[in-house]
Amino acid sequence: MKKVKRFFHPRRFFPWLGVHINLVVMAIIVLYPVLWLVGAALSPIRGTPGAVTQDTFGIIPIPRAFTLDNFTRLFTDHNYGTWYRNSLIIATITLVGTIIVHTFMGFVFARLQFRGRKTGLLSIMVLQMFPSFLAMVAIYSIFLTFGWLDNIYALAFLYIGGGIPGTMWLMRGYMLNIPKSLDEAAYMDGASKMQVFTKVIFPLSKPIITFIGFGAFMGPWMDYIFPRLLLRSSHNHTIAIGLFNISNPTDGAYDITAFTAGALIIAIPFGIIFFAFQKYFALGAAAGANKGE
Amino acid sequence: MAILAAIMSAVIWGSGQFLNKQYIKGLFFFAIQMLMVGIELYTGSLALILGHVPPHPRNAGMFIRGIWGVITLGEIPRESSAVLVYDHSTMLMLSGLIAIAILLAFAVFWQWCIRDAYKTRKKLISGESETTRTYVKRLLNDSFEYIAIAPGLAFVVLFSFVPIFFAFLTAFTNYNNQNIPPRHLVEWVGFDTFRTVITSEIWGNTLIGVGLWTVIWAFVSTLLAFGVGFIQAVFINSKLVRWPKLWRGLYILPWAIPSLVSLLLFRNFFVTNGVINQLLMDMNIISSPITFFGSVGWSRAALFIINTWLGFAGPMVLITGVMTTLNPETYEAASIDGASAFQQFRKLTLPTIFAAISPLLIMGIAGAFNNFGIVFFVTGGGPMNARYMMAGHTDLLITWVYRLTLDHRMYNFASVMSTFIFIVVASVSGWNLTRTRAFREE
Repeated sequence: MKKVKRFFHPRRFFPWLGVHINLVVMAIIVLYPVLWLVGAALSPIRGTPGAVTQDTFGIIPIPRAFTLDNFTRLFTDHNYGTWYRNSLIIATITLVGTIIVHTFMGFVFARLQFRGRKTGLLSIMVLQMFPSFLAMVAIYSIFLTFGWLDNIYALAFLYIGGGIPGTMWLMRGYMLNIPKSLDEAAYMDGASKMQVFTKVIFPLSKPIITFIGFGAFMGPWMDYIFPRLLLRSSHNHTIAIGLFNISNPTDGAYDITAFTAGALIIAIPFGIIFFAFQKYFALGAAAGANKGE
Repeated sequence: MAILAAIMSAVIWGSGQFLNKQYIKGLFFFAIQMLMVGIELYTGSLALILGHVPPHPRNAGMFIRGIWGVITLGEIPRESSAVLVYDHSTMLMLSGLIAIAILLAFAVFWQWCIRDAYKTRKKLISGESETTRTYVKRLLNDSFEYIAIAPGLAFVVLFSFVPIFFAFLTAFTNYNNQNIPPRHLVEWVGFDTFRTVITSEIWGNTLIGVGLWTVIWAFVSTLLAFGVGFIQAVFINSKLVRWPKLWRGLYILPWAIPSLVSLLLFRNFFVTNGVINQLLMDMNIISSPITFFGSVGWSRAALFIINTWLGFAGPMVLITGVMTTLNPETYEAASIDGASAFQQFRKLTLPTIFAAISPLLIMGIAGAFNNFGIVFFVTGGGPMNARYMMAGHTDLLITWVYRLTLDHRMYNFASVMSTFIFIVVASVSGWNLTRTRAFREE
């Protein structure tokens, strides 16, 4: 009884109401586009986004009838299967390559002293500040010279290489925080540098490696610029190019409900992974804060 | 005498080691030199030496041709398809840069060879010597660093160093849609392009106009995202809210969706026959659709709204994290001293949060300068501005540069702009860096 009385005291009630109105309004703003995406993916309407909205009108955009047509159309009218396969190949190679190449780089620059270390760190830092895709013309020419154009494997190698200046700092920043006494103890026991890396540093760096690996895997799925530049034939198109084309109102293949269906197929697994690895994300952001060590 | 071994090794690699009676090591260095010479001969010089082709650097191997190519950028344009021997300026520049990068790698071995010959000779003279076997053992352990980073280094050189260097050097050439090789030759023009950008009215106007909007965009969009994130974090963490985790879980949804998907979706929200117009008409707020992307104000507003939607979750989570580290005892002490809730918030909570997030805020602003995706996918830079050189009202410097490069082939101008962007980003990051270091040393 006392509690209820205190609750409805104006000095408590109005702030409570204000905060909750804000929370609910914010929730609607955040949720509406997501729900619209789901609703449109299941909607039988084929037309402009406005027409789809009219069909799904309401605070919660639920279509009047449900259909899976949009999903089947992805595979019959559009080449979703091909796009998916290409993106998967590129992302997997990028993931594996990134983990191998980048962890070695991070380990060497974080833990070992050698001639050229300072120069290396400094030049990578400067490189990182140059917007990398401004070098597009040169990258295009390199691919042309080596005959790598329209080759998804070469694109994966570009992602592995292009990611180094950025991720090396994260990796190094994290490894710097691992106590040095661990390595020293291992060296005392006669371990080689390779063993210290595989047995001590690598296992302890799993959180940051997971974070970077996730980024390396996710990046290629959603990169549009480089596939558009380097992959020409339609059998080499990736998810990003495909989704861009069918969501572009000025494109001949424009099909907004198929886009939402295709986007959903990608967004659901990514969302699940994101929520599963949420703590790693907070960690990655924190590591980023210290990267100017 | 030790200098003799060094000089010998500088001319014929490994000969100094032979003088030191270290034959295997000597052979190793000699093999590397032979590899370098072999590449040069194999890629062309042999034909030149044998007289199969006219004596000209164009017909030499990759190293000589590469250096000649970077210096001259070629001599014969392909004015018609009848011209069989011609120079492709940009290809020459690119292969020259790659050749120089490979030569630099050889130079590392060269200086190592010379240094080794000198040091071993000195040790020999003073009586202490090391067998090749122990040397190799020590070397393998010492060179772990270099072997481990070699693949990464090769990647960085090929995909970052060389392209970025190429892009940077393009700023000092006349490489643009008037001079597309191989039909035309590209030439070094020094700072001419920089001068044009600064002195010509339309280029200057565009640079200032687009630059100003980029700065406004970077600050306003970042502050909006951080501001909304901050307000939500404070509200969610206030004692009035029952299930903070539920709300937070809901609000990080935009963060979990790949941003390309969100951006492509939002474009369809704001188009004339799109979702927003339909909703507003159904709610009888407007009677006819608004052309959001036809108006400067609406396009910019749409970008801010979308960016806030996409970007507030990150700061919100970070600020929540900082708020959990606040010490409750400090607050108790404050209330005993008679501080009101608002005073506690202003004097205790705010400064702590601000100190923790300000480096991230600065990085966020620096990042927003180059927020390519949102402009490219949502407005495409439009609506176009007639007073600008190939740019629109919502174009950021980076999307303008992209347009200059891919749509208009104004490579030299794009490179000049990239250099400007680089200078701005580098100085902001550098300043931030010294700040955090100073902060750490305290």
